[in-house]
Amino acid sequence: MNCIIIDDEETARAIIKQMCSLADGLTVLEEFPNAIQAMKYLNQNEVDLIFLDIHMPDFTGFDFIQSLKNPPKIILTTSDSKFAIDAFEYDCIIDYLVKPVLPARFEKAVLKARKTELKQEVVIDSEPKEQTTSDNDLYVNIDRRLIKIDIPSIYLIEAKGDYINIKTQTKNYTVHSTLKKIEEKLPADLFLKVHRSYIINVDEIVDIEDNSVLIKKYVVPVSRSNRPELMNRLNLL
Amino acid sequence: MEQPNMSYIQSMSGGDKVFEQKLIGVIKREFPEEKEVFYANLKAGNYLKTADNVHKLKHKILILGLEKSYHTAVSFEDDLREGKTHLSADFEAILITLTDYLKTI
Repeated sequence: MNCIIIDDEETARAIIKQMCSLADGLTVLEEFPNAIQAMKYLNQNEVDLIFLDIHMPDFTGFDFIQSLKNPPKIILTTSDSKFAIDAFEYDCIIDYLVKPVLPARFEKAVLKARKTELKQEVVIDSEPKEQTTSDNDLYVNIDRRLIKIDIPSIYLIEAKGDYINIKTQTKNYTVHSTLKKIEEKLPADLFLKVHRSYIINVDEIVDIEDNSVLIKKYVVPVSRSNRPELMNRLNLL
Repeated sequence: MEQPNMSYIQSMSGGDKVFEQKLIGVIKREFPEEKEVFYANLKAGNYLKTADNVHKLKHKILILGLEKSYHTAVSFEDDLREGKTHLSADFEAILITLTDYLKTI
């Protein structure tokens, strides 16, 4: 497994680098004092894992993650535990290390990364997990059964860690998948990703406020970056 | 006041003395720079930036084993984000302790 380290503090980078050198099969390809340099590197190189500091000037760790189209696995490193809840919003974040990082805790995080890597390989082998057979059907794999979902009946999809909750007019389904994967299977004219954790059926919008949209009884947050696309979809008077 | 120590550095180095010296070298170089920026921002009344400086310094406070002082740093960082500076003297005392310690290792 290869990795890069992003942290504006050289001391922190040195510590992570040393711990990587003591771990079996973990190679540090590069280290960066800011996210911008790392983004340039990632445009041309693939990495398995990123050790990412959250609290950096100008461009935070979360800004960095949101800028990545296909983020690799990420282990956050921070001096604050208060961002832990935000971390759960991102599927790519597999662990959260509070500085100064303890060796045992570091090893545990790397082990998690290795396990995630193995899981992903299994998922890739057994794909496609979600298959469409007609324009209106989506098949999802739940407990080894392929279950048909009528696409237009879906009104909301919510990401929850490694799973997505698909809410339909008749039933809700929890599927081991990502928003990105299901987004590719849905008709773009009917569905819209309004937040990193939510896809909505545009036909099911009840009303819209500044930073949220009401879908049936659910208040769904709308991120600043997705709001213009949402407004473009509306037949505004 | 509690005294700085090498416990953390020794525990994470895996017994690699060369690395320990290298890390101390990095801290000795980085700490005065961070301290200077901290004082400049504090003097200029840029409390949000000062809070960011404290955020970065508090990592080194724990690396060098000052656990109680770390809590002071956390409170000071939070206070600075609200424009309060009454913990300045306490925090500066921590910086002096670390400065003196780094001269000895």
